[in-house]
Amino acid sequence: MAREHSHHTLSVLVENQPGVLTRVASLFARRSFNIESLAVGPTERSDRSCITIRVDASEVSIDQVMKQLYKLVNVLKVNQMTTEDSIERELLLVKVTANPDKRGELIHLAEVFGARVSDVGAQALVFEIVEHPDKLESFEELLRPYGIKETIRTGRIAMRRAHGERRDRDAGRMRVLA
Amino acid sequence: MSTAEKRPASAEAPPPNPYEGQRLTGAEAVIRSLETCGVEICFGIPGGAILPIYDALASTGTSIKHVLVRHEQGAGHMAQGYARATGKVGVAMATSGPGATNLVTPVADAFLDSTPLVIVTGQVPSHLIGTDAFQEADTTGIFLPIVKHSYLVTKVDDIPRVFMEAFHLASTGRPGPVLIDIPKDIANTEFTFRWPKRLDLPGYRPTGKGHPLQIQEAALAIARSKKPVLYVGGGVINAGAEAELKELAEATRIPVVTTLMAKGAFPDSHALSLQMPGMHGSKYANWALHRSDLLITVGARFDDRVTGKLDAFAPGAKVIHMDIDPAEISKNRTADVPIVGELREVLPQLTKAIAKLRESDSIVNHREWLEQVEEWRFKYPYRYRRAGALKPEYVIERLRDLCADRDTIWTTGVGQHQMWAAQWLRIDDSRRWITSGGLGTMGFGFPAALGAKLGCPDATVVCIDGDGCFQMTLQELATAVVYDIPIIVAVMNNGWLGMVRQWQELFHDERFSQTHLNAEIPDYVKLAEAFGAVGFRADTEAEVDVAIKAALASGRPAVIDFRVDHEEKVYPMVPAGAASADMIDAGWIEDDNSWVEEGV
Repeated sequence: MAREHSHHTLSVLVENQPGVLTRVASLFARRSFNIESLAVGPTERSDRSCITIRVDASEVSIDQVMKQLYKLVNVLKVNQMTTEDSIERELLLVKVTANPDKRGELIHLAEVFGARVSDVGAQALVFEIVEHPDKLESFEELLRPYGIKETIRTGRIAMRRAHGERRDRDAGRMRVLA
Repeated sequence: MSTAEKRPASAEAPPPNPYEGQRLTGAEAVIRSLETCGVEICFGIPGGAILPIYDALASTGTSIKHVLVRHEQGAGHMAQGYARATGKVGVAMATSGPGATNLVTPVADAFLDSTPLVIVTGQVPSHLIGTDAFQEADTTGIFLPIVKHSYLVTKVDDIPRVFMEAFHLASTGRPGPVLIDIPKDIANTEFTFRWPKRLDLPGYRPTGKGHPLQIQEAALAIARSKKPVLYVGGGVINAGAEAELKELAEATRIPVVTTLMAKGAFPDSHALSLQMPGMHGSKYANWALHRSDLLITVGARFDDRVTGKLDAFAPGAKVIHMDIDPAEISKNRTADVPIVGELREVLPQLTKAIAKLRESDSIVNHREWLEQVEEWRFKYPYRYRRAGALKPEYVIERLRDLCADRDTIWTTGVGQHQMWAAQWLRIDDSRRWITSGGLGTMGFGFPAALGAKLGCPDATVVCIDGDGCFQMTLQELATAVVYDIPIIVAVMNNGWLGMVRQWQELFHDERFSQTHLNAEIPDYVKLAEAFGAVGFRADTEAEVDVAIKAALASGRPAVIDFRVDHEEKVYPMVPAGAASADMIDAGWIEDDNSWVEEGV
């Protein structure tokens, strides 16, 4: 199985109740599913939260992960997000060594990527960028030669694209099984 | 017992609640909620944090019977035995901290064997949670991976809703344990009792009917199959679909293997029954699965003790998998035809779809297959030799035959005695065989027997136990005597942790590391008498019947110490990690199994 096929983004809509994140995290630990990134936050409804999970499902099938998630009583919906039908974004903060003579060059590079300068120090700059996670990696790669001191990422979040509510293939498949 | 009686108690559509609008404490509301959910009996031990609830048990004049046990693990297993014997939800209660942690084993057991339980635990007062208070444990946290769902009650008004949901969750879909943790201050708070009008569980929707296209697909696969096998698991019993299964099997004349959990779901003495598959299953069951071209899997989960080496299991078979739990489909073995739904709905639909195909005469005849299977069953039965010391198989045969004219519920611990019981008992009725399958909990059998007897007082209840197992929970002899629960514990006393000893003998060069217990200690007859029960001993075949008859006639909790051959091993056996067709056997058995190697 090709490596890119083993990584999946799941959007998990849950009831906003105490312990629900623990239940989801515990399920992943219990079933030996690997979480690559996890982001959780409120949604348009105050009684619901969305947990976006990047799963490395090279060892188990993503179907099994989704079905186990559905068994949690507080989980309302699980969507598998694909590049074609959804937007994925992540925020990266990166602190990079920037002597005064390199500042201009770095800031120019950042502009190309749509990153912003969020802090300036004598020997370093902090950039922030919100983009598709793949693009964050390219940005980091280009910064690396300058000397990255620290990076931190929020974990990706994902949303279905706006053009039309496309037929939900994953939901369709789940209906056959469930 | 009719199938209607076996349906799990549901909290749906409750009658108008007699306590509606009354001012109650949280603790009183717990008792009233349990009554509303139809609870007749619960098992437990009080303690500091659950004191208010025990106080309400006394002050409300409730009809619920409480059985005071000697260890919370006993309470959990009794609730399991009760649930498995009756089909109702079992209820156990314990205080915070150690009370709750002592329930971990039965809850994990119930989770793996899909047994409906509601566990009520006291918790330290809300303001002390997180302070490492006396007898504080993160109960919901500890139980998280072994419950179907759990609640930490934070508002007293939530109590009726939480109980309504808990009983619904425990008993519907794939049943399982649900935990309710109640802080002491919440139990002491007054509120106006309101039973919810309806359930509101948007994230919980067990599937009812199977997909009609998949059922059609399954019917076609069955019609085309030359070597079909019905591979039946405990899900059939949970679904109350025993009659529907029998109808399907008889209509199609397909042989049936029943897993350890499914023993009794299809009559052992039925002409189509191949009994148990797996590590200590019958040769004919394992070979039938191995040579099959179609597994019709019903409420089973391809457990490793059944399949052996997974990629060598039923290598030539297409798989139909029917289950209430979508996550079981293709978890271990990929299903070619998955059907998710209530087995009571799905099985008759399938039987009907096959009948329709028969009208058009498009059914492949599998008579040759039936003859083949029949030949195996005739030529390769379970066997043991009666020479030398008393054989446990002989004891179990005598127990079976002397109880044959009674409605008998059998429970077991875990190990050799459990496998011998599975091999040598003939169980023809559902919910008459109660054993710890998935978790393999030693000590399960005796307290489970007490729970079963309380749920089915007219049945004869016999626990076939090992000496190692019995010593893990025998303190409940006090409970048995105090509540006068007349059951028989038949201890297959070989003085060893027999199954581990068997593995050490076969796979660890006979290094019997820490498995010798000593058959003389304790003296089970004196032990029984010390508790006020009756005790018997049998060392020889001649003494076996005498002891069994005396125990049956005593009408009291009875322990029989059967001194059995400690060298006796459970055969046939699929060594761990081997293909399930490659069974090893006792040295004196010279079966010609060479054809098994010929491939499929």
